[in-house]
Amino acid sequence: MAEKTLKLEIVTPEKSVVSENARIVMAPAVLGEFGVLPGHTPFMTNLKMGTVRFVDQDGKERMVFVSGGFAEALPTKVTILAESAERRREIDVTRAKAALERAEKRLASEERENIDFVRARAALARAILRIRLAETPRI
Amino acid sequence: MATLKEVKLKIAAVKKTKQITKAMNMVAASRLRSAQMRMEGFRPYAAKFEEVLGSLAQSSGDADNPLLVPRAAIKKANILLCTSDRGLCGGFNANLIDKAEELAKALTARGIEVVFTAFGKKGRDFLRREKLTMVAQHIGVIGGSIGFNIAATTGREMVTRFLESAYDEVYIVYAEFISLSKQLPVAKQLLPIPPLVLEETRVADEETAYLPEHICEPSPEELLGEILPKSVDIQIYRALLETSASEHGARMLAMDNATKACNDMIGNLTLAYNKARQSTITAELMDIVGGAEALKG
Repeated sequence: MAEKTLKLEIVTPEKSVVSENARIVMAPAVLGEFGVLPGHTPFMTNLKMGTVRFVDQDGKERMVFVSGGFAEALPTKVTILAESAERRREIDVTRAKAALERAEKRLASEERENIDFVRARAALARAILRIRLAETPRI
Repeated sequence: MATLKEVKLKIAAVKKTKQITKAMNMVAASRLRSAQMRMEGFRPYAAKFEEVLGSLAQSSGDADNPLLVPRAAIKKANILLCTSDRGLCGGFNANLIDKAEELAKALTARGIEVVFTAFGKKGRDFLRREKLTMVAQHIGVIGGSIGFNIAATTGREMVTRFLESAYDEVYIVYAEFISLSKQLPVAKQLLPIPPLVLEETRVADEETAYLPEHICEPSPEELLGEILPKSVDIQIYRALLETSASEHGARMLAMDNATKACNDMIGNLTLAYNKARQSTITAELMDIVGGAEALKG
């Protein structure tokens, strides 16, 4: 194939989630979403929670949930270090829904400014994003 | 001299002990395998993280991140002591505790107040027994399936406390898994983060060697500020994984030795049993022969 590709690696402390070639990678940086094509100049940024999208070798769009982390782009590869990451098809929707419920309950009962409150809010955001991603129709 | 019955009971008892030690050995072996798998799973992340940290350190130069700067006056230090929850693993916990004591002594000699954070029951029990200050304890982590979040929570806590100057230095004592038969107790400084030692192997990476420095968003200093606390989490996570694997390795070896000792004991006891039986038979024979002779008269 003539088209150039990037080597995309998404790794978490527990395992390596994605390791394949991509034509383009889009990731949610803290300062806004960015895209990387092959030949990108070395670039580094921190990521917020969200969805990494990439187009694989066969032109299919893939989506991966990441809970924040770091991304490094080099001309031939992109490395994403995330605390947790899941491919769309691997998202456990029932678990995410349970987490959503738990977080909502805690948010209703906890004091604001409380550590648990902050944590619950993060958990809520994670759950919502996971569910939304899992339910996104394939393009 | 023990009677026949006593020896027989003893043999049965040792045999049962052997069954247990053998089973524990096999359980430890399978746990070790899963612990090693977790370590394998973590390796790519750790390697990549080091890479990213390395290139970041290059492009940000000598940024004075507060996590990197040693304190002028050190008043208080926290030692994270990793041990196992359960015993029967030879000198494993004793070695770790020795290492921690040694470190604590060295620190106290410098006039530093030392507090501990215990990972694992054995370490906690030791701290209680010695009436040492323990600020937190985490039981049921080491030896099981360790989640990254426990390391992340502890790491965050340590970094916050360090920045508040509640602690001036943070150490971790854990067992490095070298091989099945060798686990090395190690004391490592977590905070302030020791100067970054860049891996020599990076030089060989020709593809990236000529590249311009990274563009960073936000600035390299800010990024470093984000990534450094994470490196503490990673150190802690690695220490927990290493200690877990080491615990199972140590237990496997201890149980293997115990099983061998049981075999020896069973052998010796069986020998003693047979001898005792033989001598009773001889004695009985003598009696019968003696009786017969007497009847002949």
